Amino acid sequence: MSSTSLRILNRPIVNILNDHLIDYPTPININYMWNFGSLAGIFLGVQILTGIFLAMHYTPHVDLAFLSVEHIMRDVNNGWLIRYLHANGASMFFLVVYVHVGRGIYYGSYQKPREFVWMVGVVVLILMMATAFMGYVLPWGQMSFWGATVITNLFSAIPLVGEGIVTWLWGGYSVDNPTLTRFFTLHYLIPFLILGLVVLHIWALHVPGNNNPVGIDIKKPSKDTVPFHPYIVIKDGFALLMFMIVFAFFVFYSPNILGHADNYIEANPMVTPAHIVPEWYLLPFYAILRSVPDKLLGVVAMLSAILILAVLPWLDTSKIRSAVFRPLYKQFYWILVADVLILGYMGAMPAEGLYLLIARVATAYYFLHFLVILPVLGFKEKTLPVPLSITEPVLGGAPNLATAKNKESIDK
Amino acid sequence: MINKVKNLIKLLSILAFISLAATNANSAETAKLLKTDWSFKGLFGKFDRGALQRGYQVYTEVCASCHSMKYVSYRNLGEKGGPEFSEAEVKAIAASFEVTDGPNADGEMFTRPGKPSDKFVLPYENVKAAQAANGGAYPPDMSVLVKARGGGVDYIYSLLQGYEEAPSGITLDEGVHYNKYMYGNKIRMAAPLSDDLVEYGDGTKASVEQMSKDVTTFLMWAAEPHLESRHQMGFKAIVYLIILTILVYFSMKKIWSRVESEV
Repeated sequence: MSSTSLRILNRPIVNILNDHLIDYPTPININYMWNFGSLAGIFLGVQILTGIFLAMHYTPHVDLAFLSVEHIMRDVNNGWLIRYLHANGASMFFLVVYVHVGRGIYYGSYQKPREFVWMVGVVVLILMMATAFMGYVLPWGQMSFWGATVITNLFSAIPLVGEGIVTWLWGGYSVDNPTLTRFFTLHYLIPFLILGLVVLHIWALHVPGNNNPVGIDIKKPSKDTVPFHPYIVIKDGFALLMFMIVFAFFVFYSPNILGHADNYIEANPMVTPAHIVPEWYLLPFYAILRSVPDKLLGVVAMLSAILILAVLPWLDTSKIRSAVFRPLYKQFYWILVADVLILGYMGAMPAEGLYLLIARVATAYYFLHFLVILPVLGFKEKTLPVPLSITEPVLGGAPNLATAKNKESIDK
Repeated sequence: MINKVKNLIKLLSILAFISLAATNANSAETAKLLKTDWSFKGLFGKFDRGALQRGYQVYTEVCASCHSMKYVSYRNLGEKGGPEFSEAEVKAIAASFEVTDGPNADGEMFTRPGKPSDKFVLPYENVKAAQAANGGAYPPDMSVLVKARGGGVDYIYSLLQGYEEAPSGITLDEGVHYNKYMYGNKIRMAAPLSDDLVEYGDGTKASVEQMSKDVTTFLMWAAEPHLESRHQMGFKAIVYLIILTILVYFSMKKIWSRVESEV
C-alpha cells in the first residue's frame, strides 16, 4: 500500500473503513469457523439486493401474487436466477448463521466482555426468522397460506386478548389480502433493521475485538494479531468462494430441493395440505412447539428456546471461554448439536407416536442443557491449563503454534 | 489440516441430514416410482427436442381438453430451450385456437384466431365449470405441475402408467379409478393414455410408456422453461468459481506465509 493511500485512509469518516476493515487487529489463530460471520453479512447483502429486484416485478395481491412469481420465473430477464438466488439464499443465510451461532457457543464467544455483541446477534436471529417466515408467505402457494395461518394462529393462545390480536395481525377474519400486503411491506422493511443491527453487532464486536479458538484475552495489536487486511480479507474471500460453489449447486442444479412441492400449488383456503411444515431452518423450533400438549405453553416453549440464547452469557458460569479447554463441555456441546438436529428431523415428521415421544425428550434435553447442565458445569468441570497468550506456550519454551491453532494435541 | 477436514465433514453431514429430512418430508410415496433416463437431468442436462414436440402433441390432443396451462404462451413454444417450433409453426399452432378478446368499440366480446402472444387457451371458463364437467374434481393446471408434486417428473411419469385393476378389498366409487402411484391410490382421472392414442408425425411408436415420457418432458419444460440456460450458466459459474477459489487459495497461502502461522 502506498503512503498516499494511507494518508487518505487517515482522514475523518474514511478512517472508519481503515479502523474496521484494514488495520483492525484480528487474532492470528482464528480458524475457518470465524469466516461464517462475514459470510452471514454477505448473504444479508445477497438477500437485500435480489429482494429489491424481485420487488420490482412482484405484486402483493391474493389474485396476482402467484401469477407475478410465475411472471418473474418466465418472462423477466434472468428472473428465474434472481428468484432462485433469493429463495436458496435464505436457506444459505440460515445455514451460515447457525454455524456462526454454533461457533459462538463452542468457543464461548458470548461470554463477557462480548455479551452485548451476542445479544444483538440473538435479536438479529429473531428478526431473520420473522423475515423469512413472511417471505415464505409472499409466493402465495399452499404452504405460504397454511403456514401463515398456523403461525399467526399461535397468538390466539394468549389468554383474553389472543383472538383480538390474531384478527389485528390478519387485518380481517382470516389470512387474506390485508395479511399479504402487510407481510410484504414488513418483509421489505425488516432486512434494513437487520442491516442496522449488524452494524451495531460489528461495532460492539470491534471494541473488545474478536474471540479466538484459545478463548483468552489478547493484547492488540501484538504478535498475537494480524491486520484485517490483507490476512482476514483474503481468508474471508477464500471461504466465501468455497461457499459460493455450494450455493451455486443449489441455485443452478436443485433450486427447489429445499422448498416444499405444495408451494407450487396456488393458495386455496378451501383445501388444507396433508402436512403443514415450515422451511427446514425453523423445524427444530416447530418441533418444540408441537411437543408441548398445551397450545399456550407450546408457544412459550418455542419462544423460550430462542430467547434462552439471549441470556446464555449469564447461564454459563465457566471462567474459561473455549471448549478446547473444557473436555466435558465439549462433549455436551456435540450432544446439544445432535439434539437440535433430532428436533429438526422430528419437526418434519408428523407429530404422533414415536416421533412425538422423541421430540418431547429432545425438547426437554434442550432446556436441560441450558438451564441445568451449563450452569453446573461451570462449577464442577476440571478444565485444562489455558495458555497465557496465543503464541506463547503454557509453560515457557518455544512458541507452541499447535496450541494456538487448536490442534488435536491439546484436545487430548 | 485434519481438524479442518473433520470440521468440513461435520458441516457436510449436517447439510446432508437437513436435505434428507427435507426430502423425506416431501415424499410420502405409495409405491416406488418408475425411473427413466431423463435427458434434462445432470450437469449438462438438456431437453430432448423431439420429446418436447411429441409431448406438446400429447398435451394438446389429450390433456388439454381438461387441464389448463395458464402461465404458458404459444410464443414460448418457439423459444430457445423449448420445443423450438419454427416461427411459422408457432403462428399456425396459435391460429388453430379460438381466443376470446374484447371488448371491441361496440362493447362486445368477440373471438379471433390466436396469436403467439396469447396464453394457452383454457379448457373451461372457470374452476366451477371444470369441476362440474369432471365429477367435482378440478383437473389441476399443468403449468408448474411437476414442481407441485413430491417426486416431480418421476411421479407424473409413473402416475400415467400406474392404472390397474383395484386389488380386492378396495371399493371404488362411481367415476373413481385405481392408480398405484396416486396418494391414497384413488384418482378421478380415467387412464388418459392408451397405445396409439396419438399419431406421432416423426414415426415414433406411440406406446403408453413413450407418450408418458414425452408428455412429462413437455411438462418439465412448461414448469421450468429456462432449465437449459440455468444448466449452462450454472456450469460456467461453477467452473469460474472453482478456478477463482484455487487462485485465491494460493494467494492466501502466500500472504499468510509472512506470519508464522498456517491457514
